[in-house]
Order: sequence, then C-alpha cells, then structure tokens
Amino acid sequence: MTLMRTFLGAAASLALTAGAALADPAIIFDLGGKFDKSFNEAAFNGATKWAEETGGSFREIELQSEAQREQALRRFAENGNNPIVMAGFAFASALEAVAPDFPDTKFVIIDMVVDQPNVRSVVFNEHEGSYLVGVMAAKASKTGTVGFIGGMDIPLISKFACGYVQGVKATNPDATVIQNMTGTTPAAWNDPVKGGELTKAQISQGADVVYAAAGGTGLGVLQTAADEGILSIGVDSNQNYLHPGKVLTSMLKRVDVAVYNAFKDGEDLETGFSVLGLANDGVGVAMDEHNASLVDDEMKAAVEAAKAGIISGEIKVHDYMSDESCPVM
Amino acid sequence: MDFLTIIQILDSTVRLATPLLLACLAGLFSERSGVFDIGLEGKMLAAAFLSAAVAAVTGNAWLGLCAGIFASVLMALLHGLASITFRGDQLISGVAINFLAAGLTVVIGQSWFALGGRTPSLIGGGRFPDITLPFADALAEVPVIGQIYSELISGHSILVYVAMAAVPLTWWVLYRTRFGLRLRAVGENPGAVDTAGISVVRLRYTAVIICGVLCGIAGSYLSTGLAAGFVKDMTAGRGFIALAALIFAKWRPWQALGACLLFGLLEAIGNRYQNIDILGATLPVQFMQALPYMLTVVILPGFVGKAIPPRAGGEAYVKER
Repeated sequence: MTLMRTFLGAAASLALTAGAALADPAIIFDLGGKFDKSFNEAAFNGATKWAEETGGSFREIELQSEAQREQALRRFAENGNNPIVMAGFAFASALEAVAPDFPDTKFVIIDMVVDQPNVRSVVFNEHEGSYLVGVMAAKASKTGTVGFIGGMDIPLISKFACGYVQGVKATNPDATVIQNMTGTTPAAWNDPVKGGELTKAQISQGADVVYAAAGGTGLGVLQTAADEGILSIGVDSNQNYLHPGKVLTSMLKRVDVAVYNAFKDGEDLETGFSVLGLANDGVGVAMDEHNASLVDDEMKAAVEAAKAGIISGEIKVHDYMSDESCPVM
Repeated sequence: MDFLTIIQILDSTVRLATPLLLACLAGLFSERSGVFDIGLEGKMLAAAFLSAAVAAVTGNAWLGLCAGIFASVLMALLHGLASITFRGDQLISGVAINFLAAGLTVVIGQSWFALGGRTPSLIGGGRFPDITLPFADALAEVPVIGQIYSELISGHSILVYVAMAAVPLTWWVLYRTRFGLRLRAVGENPGAVDTAGISVVRLRYTAVIICGVLCGIAGSYLSTGLAAGFVKDMTAGRGFIALAALIFAKWRPWQALGACLLFGLLEAIGNRYQNIDILGATLPVQFMQALPYMLTVVILPGFVGKAIPPRAGGEAYVKER
C-alpha cells in the first residue's frame, strides 16, 4: 500500500512539474567532461550561477562519444527544452542538421558559428586574451624564450597561439616562442603525460614561461612547469590555484558568462552572432591571491595599457581564423 | 644539434618508452601463452586510476602501485575467465576490457572525488620521485661519459629501472626456465603440453596474471611517476602502440626493448621538433606520430622479415569434444 502511494505521489508530482519542465533550458557538455577544471567546468559554473540566482532548474548531459552529439540535441529539443546550449565547437555539424527541424527552439553554440535563424553563435576573441598573457609572459621571462603548448591541432588553437606570439613580440621583439601541438586527434586533450614531456622539451630549449591551451593535457604542463621551477599560464578557467606561486596567470574565457546570458535570456534570446571580447569582459587575465607575488606593478601597467589599446582599436591583434594565417609565425 | 640536445632527447625517450616497454612485455607473456590481449590499454588505464586514487588518499606511492597492480590483475583475471575458462573470443574480451576500464574509471572516480573522473593532484609522497644514482652529481662535469651517466642513466623514477630490469628477467624466464619452456609450448601446441600432463589452463592463467602485474606497473608509472594524478583516458593509445611494438619485436623480449625505445625515440623527436628538415624535404610532426603504426603495418604482412604470432594464439584450448 505504501509502495502504491509512493508511486502515485511520484506520478502526481511528475505531472505537476511536467509543465514547468517544458521550458527548462538545457546544456550539453563536450567530451572533456563537466569538471575538466577548464572549458566545460566554466560552462557548468555559468549554468549553476543562473540556477542559484533564479531558482530555476536546467537539464544537462555529458557526452561520452562523438556519436551522441546529434542524439543528445534531438532528445532535448523533442523534450521541449529551450534554449539549448552547446559547449564546444564540435557540435557545429550536428546542429546544422538538427536546428531546421525545431524552428521554435533556440540553440546557442559556443566557440563556433552556425548560420541558422534560430541559433545564437557565441565566439570569443581568444586572440585578444592570449595577446595579454603574451605580454605578461614576455615581461616575466628572464631567458627571452617562452613556450606555447596547444591541444589538438585545429585553427581555434592556432588562434590562441597567434595572439600569444603577437603579445610576446610586441613586448620583446627579440623573444623566441617555441610552439608545440599535442596531437591531431581528440586524445590530445587528455594526455597529461605528453603535455609534461613537451614542457620538458621546451624547458631544455630555454623556455621559462609556458602557456598551455590544451584542456586536460594542460594539467600535465602546469604540473611539470611547477616541478621544474618555471612559470606556466593556464587557460579558459582560472587555473592559478592549481600551483599557487607557480602559475603566472590564466587566460580567462568567460564561457560562464556566455551560458549565463543564454539561460537568462531564456526562450526569447536574440539569435545571430555574439562576440565576447576584452571590451565586454568576455576574455581577460586572471589576477588573484595565488599569482599576486608573480605580478609586479610594471607588468600590471603593461597589461592595462595593452588592454586599453586593444579596446580603443589602437592595437590590432590579428585573428588567425580570419585568414588561416599568422603574420608573426 | 649539440651533444646535450641528443642526451635530452634520449632522456625523454627513456621516459616515454618505459610504459610502452612494460605493457609490451605484459602482452608478450600473455600472447606467448596463446592468449591474445588487446586489453593492454584498459588494464593500464584501470591501474593508472586506482594507483592515483590510492596514492592521493594515502599519500604513499608504493601503496598506489600495489593498488594499481591489483586493479590490473583483476581486469586480467576477467579476461582470463572469459577467454580461458569460458573459451570466449579473446579479441572481443579484450575490447570489452578496454571499454570497461574507460567507463569504470570515470564513474568510480566521479563518485569518489567528484572531480569529473579525475583524481586530486598528487603531492609529496604520492608520487614516485626521480632517483639520483650514486656519484651522478660528482660525475656530471666529466664530458660525454659523465653527462650520459648523470643526465641519461640517473634521474629517473624507480619504475623505469624496474622496467629495464624486466627485459633480461623476461628473457631468462622465457628461455632458461622450465616454466618458460612450457609457456612457449602452450602458445604453439597446447595439445602437446596437455599430453605431457601439464595443465594448459593453469599455465595460461599464470601468464595472464603476469601480464596483469606488468600492465599494473605501467599504468601506475603513468599516473604516479610521469603525471601527478589520473585524467580520464590518460593512456591515450599507449596500449595499442605497445601491441604494435610487440608485433614489431616478433614476440621476443630484447627486440621488444629495441622496438619500444625506437617508438619512444620517434615520439621524443616529434615532441622536440615540430617539423624536421631532412635533405630538403620537411617532415611534419604528424608523420612522426604515425610512424610506429606504419612500421608495424610494413612488418606485419612480411615485407621486411615476417612476424609470425604464436601458432595457438587466439584459440581457446578444448581438451575433448
């Protein structure tokens, strides 16, 4: 009898919440996983912030394989979730296929442009943020050689690299930048061992600041840099706390802001092109108590000057993805 | 390219080759006994996870190593149960081990640490430190020999030396002991071994357990020696490269050492130089990354010396119908 009552109660509460659940926003995390201390985690934090502020709830799924992308998208859309946010450039082709089938559902894709009437494409000016950490790296480097370690070899990561090199060269024209990509498959995002080896190889070539834009691989980079006594630069989320006093700064990509805005705008969010850059705090550098001892006033002033210059348009940072080439590399 | 650069690349080669070598020898024991094992990757992954998890909780790398070996042996026994006792398809069982490890490590890791399937970063005693061999610092100033000793031979984690010692040990066990003779025989002709009154099942289980122990050391080395903690899928295909090395070495221990060092060297060079100019032609780094597989493909069909696997490999032994 009690069991029956439980079931009936559950059924009734389901029926009650069904109406509310209809318009719940949903978020799909990419293969790195929700707690990657980086990109996906930032997206999760944005969604959580929205839920805490509004008391609303959202649906979420972490992908386990490439094949699930379209399936997960359709499931949420058929379920009536709106808007649906995708954290990751890799959703583009799945979204191209799904978006026209659900014209009343709003989709938000982060890090990629999908040209459909019901899609908001959020892109970041990572080259601007990378330029700033490049300025800091050049200021902090004693050897005049700094390193860059990318994850999978894709144009987006070259965009990070290109902005970084421009920042370094603008500050110290004689500086050398050593660049490595971890690999050409998605496994390159989750190989801390190789990240560590690449860091050691760069150190032996004289690098004393290494910027990692490589997801889970970057953890190995930061670890090895801390072990070997050089400085590293984190990416996407604030990673300064991972090795206090050893991580120079982190290039913040405010994925949380993008997700938060999308959830807040709700069903009637504006579609189209949305750019988050230095001007609207979409990217930036992390300054907190963990790296305070590494950043002196001169470095701060240089970063502020570069930031103001980029916002006013005085400094033009070349975007690798605009023409698939980099003038300084 | 100066002498120090060569030493640094070789140093990196040793570090990168060690997990390959351990996994390769693991596969050697298993396959020489007639049990094909494409689950090396999964066993390493399970070991990498549990060793990092235990090391993170206890702060002791040695306990972590024991836990890693335990996890790997457990997986190996599962493979043995499916393919020896129940006579299932060894390849399918191996694939299942890989999937099982990839899924379980993330799920268990998430429920234990709530860090998205990763373990906390290891600090202090949770990692295997690099060992400085005696006189390494004193000899560092001596040109060539001193540099080789202090930079290349000294300064690795103890598991590197374990892996190097495992090569002659494997050779000795395989070719100089009664157990080794029986092990090789059971991979070629289990019927003959059975006729001699020796248990095929027990021999194969022993081989599979040895395989588990070696994979366990390999996995522990990845997460507690090279990296500082577990990240999902952190083996990144090393189990399959080890398998390629095993074929390349034609299932022999010393050749396995050579193959693993060669594959490690290719990766180390790829890490050091993004593009290599040889005689005017530029080799992209992707070429270096693909080379181990290409070499194996060339070896396998017999273009350059034929690689013949143990004859009874891949088949379950059926005593009587």
